[in-house]
Amino acid sequence: MHEMSIAMAVVGQVEEAAQAAGATTVTAVRLQVGELAGVVPDALAFCFELACAGTVLEGARLTAETVAARARCGSCDREWPVGMPPELCCPGCGGASDVELLSGRELQIASVHWEDGPACAPVREPIPEEA
Amino acid sequence: MCRVVDLRQAVLAKNDEAAHTLRAELAARGTVIVNLLSSPGSGKTELLERELLLARERGVPVAALTADLATENDAVRLARSGVPVKQVLTDGLCHLEAGMLGRHLDGWLPGDTRLLFVENVGNLVCPASYDLGESLRVVLASVTEGEDKPLKYPTAFGLAHLVVVTKTDIAEAVEFDQAAFLANVQQVNPGVEVVFTSARRGAGAGALLDRALAVAGGTAPHAPVMAQRQRAEAHGHDHDHGPDHDHGPDHDHGPDHDHGHDHGDGHDHGHRHDHDHDHPHTGSHTHRAGHGHVPSEAAGFPPGAPSAVVPTR
Repeated sequence: MHEMSIAMAVVGQVEEAAQAAGATTVTAVRLQVGELAGVVPDALAFCFELACAGTVLEGARLTAETVAARARCGSCDREWPVGMPPELCCPGCGGASDVELLSGRELQIASVHWEDGPACAPVREPIPEEA
Repeated sequence: MCRVVDLRQAVLAKNDEAAHTLRAELAARGTVIVNLLSSPGSGKTELLERELLLARERGVPVAALTADLATENDAVRLARSGVPVKQVLTDGLCHLEAGMLGRHLDGWLPGDTRLLFVENVGNLVCPASYDLGESLRVVLASVTEGEDKPLKYPTAFGLAHLVVVTKTDIAEAVEFDQAAFLANVQQVNPGVEVVFTSARRGAGAGALLDRALAVAGGTAPHAPVMAQRQRAEAHGHDHDHGPDHDHGPDHDHGPDHDHGHDHGDGHDHGHRHDHDHDHPHTGSHTHRAGHGHVPSEAAGFPPGAPSAVVPTR
C-alpha cells in the first residue's frame, strides 16, 4: 500500500503552495484520480487524515474525483471506455498499433480551499463580476 | 478570506522530477537504469544473478541494487556474480522512490557502470506508480502465477517496456497457458515484447541483458499505451491553466522510511528513523568483486568481515 506516500506527497505540495500564498488553514483538497492511477481512494482518504495531522491541512476534507479511463483508436477513429481490467486494444477493429489513452492515469491535485485570513465565509461559486 | 485555488499539480511531481534528474545525470555518464518489478517469489533474483554473471563474462560493466523490506539474502546471492551489489532495506516501505534511489547511488555506483539493475521491492502494485529514472522497465511473472496476472495488475504490466516470463522449465507441470498469458499482456500493453526464460535450464539466457544493452545503445524501448502523456483537454476542462508549475529541487516529504543495514553494529532493524540519515559510506565498505560468500553466511556477517554487500543507511 503506497497510499501513505501519496497522501504525504499531497500534503507536502499543498503545504508548500499554502505557505507561498500566505494561507493559514487549508479546509479542503480536491484530487483527480484516474481509474488506472493505481490508487485506492478509500485507503488514500484514511492516510490523508493521518498525513494532515499537525500541518495547516489539519482537519481538511479530501474529495477524490474518479476520472474514467478512455482510449481512442487512430486506425478506425473509435473511442471507448477502457474499463477495468483495461482493454487497450481497439474493440472495433482489433488494432493495437495506434491506440491513444485519452484519460485515466490522472493523479493530480485539482484544487484547494484555503483561508488566508481569520474569517472564512461559506464556500460558494465565485461571481464573475466580483473579480 | 477563503479562497479556492486551482493547483493542478501532479501528486507525484516531485518523484517524477527526481526521476527525470537522475535519468539525465546517469545518461551523462553513460549509465542506464533497468527497473525490475514482480511479485515476491517470481524468480527476479535468480534470473538477475544469471544475467549479471553473463554481463561480467562479456566484460559489460553492470551493477545491481536490490530492495527488500528485510534481510540481505538477495544481495548475498547477487554478489556471487562478482559485480558491485548493494542491498537497500526499506524497513517496511513497499516501493522505492527516485530520490531514495539517487541517495543510495551517491558515492557507491562505480563511474563506468553501463547498466544498473534495480530489483524493486517484490510487489506489483506500489512500485508501478514510481518512476525511478529507469530507461527500461521490466515486469516479470513466473509460470506459476497464473495467466491472468497482467489483468490483475494492469498498471504494472501496462507500463512495462518488456515482460519476462520466468520458470518456464515447470510450465508444463503447472499447466501454464502461454497463449492466454500473451493475450492478457496484449490487452493491457499492446505491442510489448514478452520473453520466456528459465534460469535453471538456461532458456532465454542473455535476453534481458541484450534488451538492456540495446536501450543503453540508444534503441528506443517499447512505448506502452498506458505511459502516454495525456492531453489536458480530455478531462473536460475548458480553461487553460498554462504550463506546468515549477517545483524546484527535490526534497524529502516527511519521515524517511528507508534505511539500510549497517554490518557489525548490532543489526538494528527494528528501529524506525524519523529523520533523514545521510551517511555516505566510503570505500572501506565497497567491494567491487564477490568475496566468495556461501549461502550459510547470509544469516549474519561477523563484525568487520569483508562484504560484497555495501551497508547503507
